[in-house]
Amino acid sequence: MAVMKKDGGKKEVPAISTASLPDVIFMILFFFMVSTTMRDQEVLVRYKLPNATEIQKLEKKNLVSYINIGVPVSHMQAKYGTAPRIQLNDSYKTAKDIGDFIGAERDQLNESDRAQMTISIKADKDTKMGIITDVKQELRRANALKISYAALEAEK
Amino acid sequence: MGNARKTPEVRADSQADIAFLLLIFFLVATTMNSDKGLSRVLPPIPPEDVKVEDQKVKDRNVLLVFVNASGQLMAGDEQLDIKALKDKAKEFIVNANDDENMPEKEEKEIDMPDGSKWTYMESKGVISLQTTRDTGYDMYIQVQNELTRAFNEIRDEVAQSKFSKPFSDLNEDERGVITKAVPMKISEAEPRKAIKK
Repeated sequence: MAVMKKDGGKKEVPAISTASLPDVIFMILFFFMVSTTMRDQEVLVRYKLPNATEIQKLEKKNLVSYINIGVPVSHMQAKYGTAPRIQLNDSYKTAKDIGDFIGAERDQLNESDRAQMTISIKADKDTKMGIITDVKQELRRANALKISYAALEAEK
Repeated sequence: MGNARKTPEVRADSQADIAFLLLIFFLVATTMNSDKGLSRVLPPIPPEDVKVEDQKVKDRNVLLVFVNASGQLMAGDEQLDIKALKDKAKEFIVNANDDENMPEKEEKEIDMPDGSKWTYMESKGVISLQTTRDTGYDMYIQVQNELTRAFNEIRDEVAQSKFSKPFSDLNEDERGVITKAVPMKISEAEPRKAIKK
């Protein structure tokens, strides 16, 4: 007892050790490295996906190509207006360009994977079916028949 | 140089900063998009020389679901609320009482995973979904969702009676069997060229 009161009872709070901080941060880092994917394209349209309950997860991400449909993002509206647009890769396109797009995407895949190619249509809730139907017709023409309507999980 | 010099300890203070830097890089450069959605297989474009008449199906085998521009729904001959669509579709496909105005059934032999054959009365019902160009996409997805739900419930029931397990607990082979017995027959008509506005 006497030993503890050596310096007159004035105890100093020890500094918090930061030795484990790198470990904690590395842990968070690994979590993000594992659970996310690289952003491969800049999204040029604003879309709010519809909700659905019966959705399935898309299995192989490298076999998925995306078609975004929605209103151009605000800094592009001055140039492209506010009518819904189709975005393929990094630019606005029309439904007619889908055939070329599918061809290019298909060429990037292994021959054995080509049949498994899936097109994910990410369209805004408020889009009209006309534009979607055009896209679907072009996809049929390009023989890209596996599609997925992107949707958010809704509660049952 | 009598005594060997000690290597000074590597300072670990900056390790946290480096880790933070990497973390922030990954936060910015990646997305956590969960790719989920309703999967569909589009019908291939029919060859030019095939006549439309060949593909005609009997009236009793088709349930017409029509969605108009203001999001109203028609199934069969009646206007319907979206909440009632699932049961209507289910009732139509299953046709439990073998009603004459409901789809026919056809015997189908399905190979079981254990090698035996299973004869199932497959419904020949097709749900035909039609929209106008002005129909909202949201409504369309809701309808697709309800129809998928109807098929999923039927699959669940068939799985329950065949394997005494819900569809989601089956293994891949058993799932294949059920999927063959209850194929998802949702047909989307060719867009009509002339739609009255």
